[in-house]
Amino acid sequence: MASEKPHSINNPFERLRTSVASNYIFVLPALAMFLIFNIYPFYKVFQMSFIEWNGIDPHGGVFVGLRNFKEALFEDEIWWGSIKNAAYVTFLALTLQNFLALVLAWIVDRGVRGGQAYRSIYFLPPILSGVVVGLVWNWILRGDGGMLNNVLMSVGLEEWVRPWFADLRTALNSVAVVHMWKGFGWGFIILLAGFQGIPRELYEASRVDGAGEFRIFWTITVPLMIPVFALVSVLTILGTMQLYDIVVTTTRGGPGGHTEVPMFTIIRELTGNQRYGYASCLGVVFGFILVMVSVLQLQVAKRAKVD
Amino acid sequence: MLYVKKFLSSLWKHVILITVAASCIFPLVWMFSSSLKTQQSVFTDMSIFPESPHFGNFVEAWVEGSFGTYFFNSVFYTASCVFGVLFISSLAAYAFARLDFPGKNILYYTFLATIMIPVPGAIVSLYVLITKMGLINTRLGYILPQINGGLAIGLFILKPFFERIPKDLEDAARIDGCGRIGIWRHVFIPIAKPALAVVALFTAITVWNEFVLAQLLFQDPSKMPLQKGLLTFWGGQLAQDHLLMAGATITVIPIVVAYIFLQKHIIAGATAGAVKG
Repeated sequence: MASEKPHSINNPFERLRTSVASNYIFVLPALAMFLIFNIYPFYKVFQMSFIEWNGIDPHGGVFVGLRNFKEALFEDEIWWGSIKNAAYVTFLALTLQNFLALVLAWIVDRGVRGGQAYRSIYFLPPILSGVVVGLVWNWILRGDGGMLNNVLMSVGLEEWVRPWFADLRTALNSVAVVHMWKGFGWGFIILLAGFQGIPRELYEASRVDGAGEFRIFWTITVPLMIPVFALVSVLTILGTMQLYDIVVTTTRGGPGGHTEVPMFTIIRELTGNQRYGYASCLGVVFGFILVMVSVLQLQVAKRAKVD
Repeated sequence: MLYVKKFLSSLWKHVILITVAASCIFPLVWMFSSSLKTQQSVFTDMSIFPESPHFGNFVEAWVEGSFGTYFFNSVFYTASCVFGVLFISSLAAYAFARLDFPGKNILYYTFLATIMIPVPGAIVSLYVLITKMGLINTRLGYILPQINGGLAIGLFILKPFFERIPKDLEDAARIDGCGRIGIWRHVFIPIAKPALAVVALFTAITVWNEFVLAQLLFQDPSKMPLQKGLLTFWGGQLAQDHLLMAGATITVIPIVVAYIFLQKHIIAGATAGAVKG
């Protein structure tokens, strides 16, 4: 932005803003909030990851060096189990959920009757809270008196009946389904915006050249959409890896830690086990993984764009 | 013939679109339907329209299930955060867009950058910080971090909007004797109403749906927002299963109503939020 310099000293309007320093007053409230609730916790979580502290000890715990990191990286199987669980759901979200979002966005972009209505409906699950979504799906998939089981029984598929969130074989997949149900509208809306940003003349031109729908998609749409694909992928990864609300309201990490996810482990270490230092350390490790994955993803997209 | 062919070729598209749309709506319909059943029928009556709908469940959930309290708490938190975010971020956006001060750009980009980096562990130190400030189990402790959480999106939407406001308008206001505060208040705020609405809605939905912080902060039911209240209720009295879906319905109604009327702004804010995040 071209910030205006004083046109002339005599300009009477310029005298009103004599003191540059007083301009800080406008950013001061934002800056104060930012320092207290962003910068300080950001610094503090690193510092705390080197201590062992139960949250009560007034001395703020003891310095333990890298012991927390050693435990988090090499010894804590539950922790890596929860990373693995979240990664599994993330994999499903990246493939199934985003494929569905892509197909739907493509159909709506090509012009279909009622496109606006579909757009509105698909974005409904994303604006609902994870707690409500989890509870409602828990209601539908519960073992005892759940709607799905009732339907299965009435069509003679008794052997399929099970507590979907409590059965070892289906718990994690059920969580994934609920998460994808809530999330695909995000991908849809961003991909649709991307599609709609592509100039229609490009399509016309290649249609004149005799290209079919799929050829047009691969040769024109996909190359132009790579940055959007990258954005959607990064958002999917960040959103899914930090899955929490749905797990708390459906499986609570069970059965037997089978659906435990990183945020769940971190919060249990914090409020359950009162291991503030270790919880911080897990947070640092997890944050590092997330940043690495998204940087990697963006790099790959950049390379693909150049080619 | 051509029409029939065209219809058939688009039929599969409609089948896909409608199936997905139905799957989006059905759980909500089921939630509402369940909220009208009794403790005896809720797990046996599988009809979507129960024969004798018990609207009394809502009264019971509102009064005995404390959802009235949770609801007003959520309204209070949401209103406070929206006001805080609009006030603080519009002031800062005005300064970043129009005023000069040393370190302006560095500050602006630090603001945006730090918020784009995911720090899931920061919730741990935030919890410690709130405890140390004596704000655990308080309304203020729940509101302040969420105002901070909304500032980035506010800046991200408002600053470019402010930059596009013609300078002539400012000059006119100055001739009328407005200072910087006056210009912010009487020129920028009124013109930026559409952008402020987007920020307000985005903040409102985020705060209304917030759960992790509420989960960590509140033990006192009289201060809980709906999301935490729902969970407490779920874990609590098991003999009131049918009231849970009434509570869930109470929780989503404001969001759904707002969405029906204001979806254009909500989607705009959400996409801006996604691009930022």
